Amino acid sequence: MASENADHAVWLRGIEKQFPGVIACAGADLRVRPGTIHALLGENGAGKTTMVNVLAGVYRPDAGEVWVNGQRCSFHSPADAIAAGVGMVYQEFRLVPTLTVAENIVLGSAPRLLRSVEIEERVAELSAAYGMVADPTRPVWQLSMGERQRVEILKSLWRNASVLVMDEPTAVLTPGEAAELGAALRAMAEGGRSVIYISHKLDQVVAFCDEATVLRQGKTVATVEDLQEVDLTSLAEMMVGSSEGGYVDRPPAMEAGPEVLSLQGVCALNDRGLPALIDINMTVHAGEIVGIVGVSGNGQKELAEVINGLRRPTEGRVTVKELDITGASPGDLYGMGLAYVPEDRLGVGLAPKMSVVDNAVVRSYRSQRQGIFLSITKCVKFCQSLVERFAVRVGRLNDPIAGLSGGNLQRLLLGRELAEQPSVLVAAQPSRGLDVQGVAAIQGHLVDQRAAGVGVLLISEDLDELLALSDRLLVMFEGRIVGEYGPDVTPRTVLGSAMAGKAPK
Amino acid sequence: MSEEALVGLFVATVQFGTLVFLAALGELIAERAGVLNLGVEGMMTMGAVSGFMVGLETGSAWAAFIAAAAVGALVGGLHALVSVVLGADQVVSGLALTIGGLGLAAYVGRNVVGERPETKFTDLGIVGLADIPWFGDIFFNQPPVVYVAVLLGLAVWFVLTRTRWGLALRAVGESAPTTDAVGHSVMALRSGAVMVGGAFAGAGGAFLSLYMAPGWTEGMVAGRGWIAVALVIFGAWRPGRLALGALLFGFTLALQPRLQSFDIELLGVDVSSISPALLGILPFVLTVLVLVIISWRYRHRPSVAPAALGLPYRREER
Ligand SMILES: Nc1ncnc2c1ncn2[C@@H]1O[C@H](COP(=O)(O)OP(=O)(O)O)[C@@H](O)[C@H]1O
Ligand SMILES: [Mg+2]
Repeated sequence: MASENADHAVWLRGIEKQFPGVIACAGADLRVRPGTIHALLGENGAGKTTMVNVLAGVYRPDAGEVWVNGQRCSFHSPADAIAAGVGMVYQEFRLVPTLTVAENIVLGSAPRLLRSVEIEERVAELSAAYGMVADPTRPVWQLSMGERQRVEILKSLWRNASVLVMDEPTAVLTPGEAAELGAALRAMAEGGRSVIYISHKLDQVVAFCDEATVLRQGKTVATVEDLQEVDLTSLAEMMVGSSEGGYVDRPPAMEAGPEVLSLQGVCALNDRGLPALIDINMTVHAGEIVGIVGVSGNGQKELAEVINGLRRPTEGRVTVKELDITGASPGDLYGMGLAYVPEDRLGVGLAPKMSVVDNAVVRSYRSQRQGIFLSITKCVKFCQSLVERFAVRVGRLNDPIAGLSGGNLQRLLLGRELAEQPSVLVAAQPSRGLDVQGVAAIQGHLVDQRAAGVGVLLISEDLDELLALSDRLLVMFEGRIVGEYGPDVTPRTVLGSAMAGKAPK
Repeated sequence: MSEEALVGLFVATVQFGTLVFLAALGELIAERAGVLNLGVEGMMTMGAVSGFMVGLETGSAWAAFIAAAAVGALVGGLHALVSVVLGADQVVSGLALTIGGLGLAAYVGRNVVGERPETKFTDLGIVGLADIPWFGDIFFNQPPVVYVAVLLGLAVWFVLTRTRWGLALRAVGESAPTTDAVGHSVMALRSGAVMVGGAFAGAGGAFLSLYMAPGWTEGMVAGRGWIAVALVIFGAWRPGRLALGALLFGFTLALQPRLQSFDIELLGVDVSSISPALLGILPFVLTVLVLVIISWRYRHRPSVAPAALGLPYRREER
């Protein structure tokens, strides 16, 4: 037994983990050989994060064994896992924004007395040794997502982790940064460390990784010894369990209707007070889907917020159906026919601890009145019709929505926004993180809205989705619109370089 | 106004300043670890009564002072248990601590009300310096607790900024999941911070009952615990500014009872006609003002307030 395990840097065996109402892992296995980059694949909700959190000592498994470097481990806390050599880069970074890079890196294994100069020097040496540039004296809140990720990796290296876990590392990176990360991980594997690389971006997985484990619904459904020998489609099939999937087909072109949304010379600042939108001019017509292409963080969030009255433009005008709406409140805008599906579903879009009914009526409660009071019957009826129309799978309508899966949350949110037939829909990352059926359902609704004459502004990071659905594509880079393309004629490489700011003006 | 009265005013300023500084320093430690403790008033009151009683019993002011700190730590430990270990709402638990602490202190001290203390701290004339006119009395001829408070302030500053525990404490006040993930125990850090904070508040209470107003009467802390809570905000969660704020707040506290006896005019207003009650709200008005300024100055970057202040942490929850 022991000799068999000695071959593995990590062996998670029969891991079971249940959360209230969900089985996240149902007897999953994962074996990683030393010195390899091992891809952990699976759709959202497959249990990948839960698995590695067990390895990192954050979750205690209900059943199953954890072996690290040939040793049977029983982790009671992350401290135990760190001591065993596990370094984890979490999906949501674990960094303290107000502390400096150096302080974040040494946190947890700092010398008793902190001499900041000395620590900063040692951190600088470490980052030089691994070719990961990070100014040790800067506070983390000032860093870009790519830089933050480097700090996270340096944290693990500082602890001399023999196993490095990266949970969806490229979600926040530009293609260039992602390639850099791949090279850095390869160097680490060649130095004898093992890397567990979680992703659902298959092209990257094939480029970076040696072997793979595929999870589906909390179980290991496939292991791949040599990733170079399988093709992408069969990997995708393993993940979703069937060969269908992909994207809704773009409906045939329609005659563009009248202008429903237009922005003229709009400028706005981001939360840090720096310019986020610079002279944005664009229009959306009725019955048209306009896609915004770009690596996130180039002003998309601010654009959506400005249109929806959540951020004041410093200059310029926003009009909906020729009505100047600059500076109007979200409530007024909803009344004028503007619907919004924000990127942050559970923070901005829905209130996690409120019930399905409350979340459903929170936009249109004025229509559910009985005199000056809210009519509970009307609310429930309204909610039921939404749930049916948008095929939201819910338990009891009065339960908090926090227990719903991502796809159902999004159906509910979209349904709520579309309930009172808007004329403009702004959807930010509407299908991000959903499973195949969820993606198809959401995309289907977008296409239906277009057919019904709604002007749709679709902000997405998923190029395939944008290419499949949009009538026109606008590329955003550093707060500007740097190009406009039609979806049929534009090769992905052209869009790719435009996203990186290399568009021919 | 006589020279003597003026020196008296500043002597009292330093003492009141010390009183609120001790309690606020404790609250600062807890809040930097992410735990709001609104039980300061209760912890100070428990410290006051237990310090006084131990003083009566042992005849030693130092034993009384230390006992009061221990009682403060225990009462703080209650808050840690409820809000850190069990994850209950910190505001509710803290308020319960204040209300319960006041009640318990009244019960515990019911037989010693009005007793004359046999022991109290005596002023500590620092050789050579205490005789300097004015400054000698104000700074160098104070009870030892004043100097202990200064040393504690320096120690807290040093620990917070220059040691690994301080780093961990600051981190846990900003983000508990992050601190947990690097292997520190969130529960130990936060509970420890709340208990140390309680000790400081308890010690402050004893300074009141063993020196400033020797004896025990119900309600003798008289809202100074709340001033300490405000002072932490006023000091923007930094020990240095806390000390400056303590002197300012101490000045308003010292001025209050003396105001009526001042026959001076300020900006054409007869000072003695100003209501002491107005002066009593000054610390809170100043605190709100500082909050406004801070929020404005930090609108584009992370706030000075610990980001995780008031948020309980349970590892497997999200
Ligand atoms: N801390 C938690 N509390 C409750 N449910 C959770 C928690 N973490 C994960 N889950 C649920 O467990 C399932 C698996 O989640 P996760 O491991 O994050 O999937 P993946 O990383 O593969 O997308 C999901 O249904 C998710 O909602
Ligand atoms: Mg995940």
